[in-house]
Amino acid sequence: MESLPVGSQSPPIRVLVAKAGLDGHDRGVKIVARALRDAGMEVIYTGLHRTPAQIVDAAVQEDVDAVGISLLSGAHMTVFPEVIRLLTELGVAQDICLIGGGVMPDKDVDTLTAMGVAAILGQDTPPDVIVETVRRLVAERRRAASAAGRK
Amino acid sequence: MTKTAMQKELVERVREGQPLAIARMISRVESGAPGVVEEIAELYAASGRAHVVGVTGAPGSGKSTLVSALTTCLRRRGESVGVLAIDPSSPFSGGAFLGDRIRMQDHAGDQGVFIRSMASRGALGGLSRATADATAVLDAAGKDYVVIETVGVGQGEVDIARAAHTTIVLSIPGTGDDVQAVKAGVLEIADIHVVNKADREGANRAIIDLRGMLRLSLAGAPGGWAPPVIPTVAASGDGIDELVQSMQAHFRALVSSGELERRERAMAAARVTSIAQALVVDRFRSYESGRRFTSLIDEVYRRELDPFSAANALLRPSA
Ligand SMILES: Nc1nc2c(ncn2[C@@H]2O[C@H](COP(=O)(O)OP(=O)(O)O)[C@@H](O)[C@H]2O)c(=O)[nH]1
Ligand SMILES: [Mg+2]
Repeated sequence: MESLPVGSQSPPIRVLVAKAGLDGHDRGVKIVARALRDAGMEVIYTGLHRTPAQIVDAAVQEDVDAVGISLLSGAHMTVFPEVIRLLTELGVAQDICLIGGGVMPDKDVDTLTAMGVAAILGQDTPPDVIVETVRRLVAERRRAASAAGRK
Repeated sequence: MTKTAMQKELVERVREGQPLAIARMISRVESGAPGVVEEIAELYAASGRAHVVGVTGAPGSGKSTLVSALTTCLRRRGESVGVLAIDPSSPFSGGAFLGDRIRMQDHAGDQGVFIRSMASRGALGGLSRATADATAVLDAAGKDYVVIETVGVGQGEVDIARAAHTTIVLSIPGTGDDVQAVKAGVLEIADIHVVNKADREGANRAIIDLRGMLRLSLAGAPGGWAPPVIPTVAASGDGIDELVQSMQAHFRALVSSGELERRERAMAAARVTSIAQALVVDRFRSYESGRRFTSLIDEVYRRELDPFSAANALLRPSA
């Protein structure tokens, strides 16, 4: 049968960008979202004050390669473990790459990394470093997923 | 598992309405993944039950907010809902900023709602090339309603009328002398007009203008349906019940007048035509890199052959 007449190169990277916690502005995440878009990615932006359940629900429906959660209010040790728990429960933790952004102490970074957060980027990380990190991590996941026959 | 066994399982899980499977399937139709044509063939045969509703209007007119309010209202009536929200891809980077979900957060955790953002990926006309297939996926997954939010930029964004049973066109008050729908050239595609942001000043004026204009322009609407003008405040939910009732009345009118069959035939024709065109373009691309193309161009350049004959020769199966 003939293939569908659409692009056969690898599909664009899809990233969900969310802002969790109570702090009230999203200038920073929007700058990141635009940098990712300008790098050719499809960025699903979900807005402020998102809960782990909302984030994971959206990530599943949007079939994203990566989820970036920015958070300044210090709730990282509750938000990230809960997101990981939900992703694991759904069986997608290994396919969706979780990236954190914001400020947190080094020991929390270590704990979260051990739990499965793929990268934690400090508040002052330049946009092009964020873009490169997402590209690299997603490429790794896609290779692993296709080797395991999951995609 | 073999390839076909995996495909069968995926299709089965889509039909059971599993969110992960639906999500993966939509990605597969978007990227034209190998084998997706067989999967779509099965899903297409299982579709045709959903009421497909299109929502169009200028950026910022409240489409996403309205779609979310519609979804809430439909859920209260026990209907399941699939949403496709299309935003433009950047022509420069190919990337996209998909922000419609910002206004659709009330449905997290509700298994009866599936929302997907889609980038237009170069398609003009307000939809993406995969929108029709994604609609079939949600339909086959058992959603009672599929609601499509178009890009909402530019003029004549009329593809939605060939992708939906019921097209809703949003206008808002106080955006110039002319009604928005008229300026955008989409007045004619509306089955239902909504004047959203009716809490704003000038709403009555907009409603009266629109009604006046419709009285003049739409004397003989097909199937005897006269497009109503419904004021809404999407942000608070005011007018949404009326809108849902009107959507349902429109669908009943389509059925009773026989217009439904005519529309679905037109939708099928639009779909087949666009796939055929894309196949021709694809085939042409493969010619373009071939020796025959180069030699025809040589002949046209030397004026031994005219461009029309060259194009015809190119599309004829080579001897
Ligand atoms: N005053 C008022 N604002 C609204 C209404 N509906 C939506 N909005 C606001 O209009 C803005 C754009 O809405 P959105 O749904 O994103 O529009 P879209 O670009 O057409 O999808 C948001 O700030 C909404 O909160 C309404 O009925 N009244
Ligand atoms: Mg919108």
